[in-house]
Amino acid sequence: MNILSILNEALSWILILSGAFFVLIGAIGTVRFPDFWSRLHAASVSDSAGIILLFLGMAMQAGFSLIAVKLAIIGAFLFITGPTATHATANAALVSGLRPKEAEGLTAAEPSHKSKNSKKDPHKIKGVKP
Amino acid sequence: MRSRTIHSVFHNLYLIEEYAAQGSGADLKRIITALAMMGLWLLMSGIYEPMLVGYGVVSVLLVSWVMARMDRVDGDLLHWHIKPFAFFKYQAWLMGEIAKANWVVTRNILSPNLHLRQHMFAVPVTAESDIAQVMFANSITLTPGTITIETEPGRFTEPGRFLVHALDYTDADPASIAEMDRRVVACETARAGEGAA
Repeated sequence: MNILSILNEALSWILILSGAFFVLIGAIGTVRFPDFWSRLHAASVSDSAGIILLFLGMAMQAGFSLIAVKLAIIGAFLFITGPTATHATANAALVSGLRPKEAEGLTAAEPSHKSKNSKKDPHKIKGVKP
Repeated sequence: MRSRTIHSVFHNLYLIEEYAAQGSGADLKRIITALAMMGLWLLMSGIYEPMLVGYGVVSVLLVSWVMARMDRVDGDLLHWHIKPFAFFKYQAWLMGEIAKANWVVTRNILSPNLHLRQHMFAVPVTAESDIAQVMFANSITLTPGTITIETEPGRFTEPGRFLVHALDYTDADPASIAEMDRRVVACETARAGEGAA
């Protein structure tokens, strides 16, 4: 075991452990935060930092191999699907009528006069005729 | 019943033929896509026995057929109006932003009394192409502390604006999101709006 492989081992374990730490933080935040909207934010900690660090650590464990390529591809997919899923969840909550609690002195940007009069369906898929 | 199934299969084959006849460019694209999918299969599987590679060939053919059918329905293509080098530069910058935002939210989660200042606000979007807008919206969601809630203009937002929810809103937030938008636009190729419409 030479010095490089020890260094690689140490660094990859630091990355994996800190990734696990951020996943844990996300879980703690999901429990501690008071409502739906704030919990979404807590979950995105494990979605971003947790995933990036865990995948970097695992790729270092795998070395330059097919497994590292697979990890990179899975990571890239998660990088796109994670925020998309979060957005879909938040959007579904908004459309079904759940509103975030605004902090004191702030008002939501939603143009409320539009919600009554607008006849356009905001979720119509472009280019597909019903 | 059986003859109707056979008929519909033939009808679909006819549709594919008709689509392919529209131009040899579409043909070439399809072949390249199939080859890329086959390459991905070989890379992912790592087992090169005749049976498993055969499964790969069957899957690729099936997916190509389904894709051809879907193109007949809407022809909704992804236009990649992004400069590759600028894209990677942006990703590097985004990593830094994600790290900073993660640290802020982590400190918030671990602090004895949570500091929440939730706010829903609209941010202007100047990116033109679909892909750049998706990049922008996903970047906002990827940075902990902010989530894109609505992107389609309609009941909740006006055109050219995204609705964003912030966990701990500060007055600097709109400026930092505008900075992100500016950087996304810097990745776009010039006249990106033409193909996206």
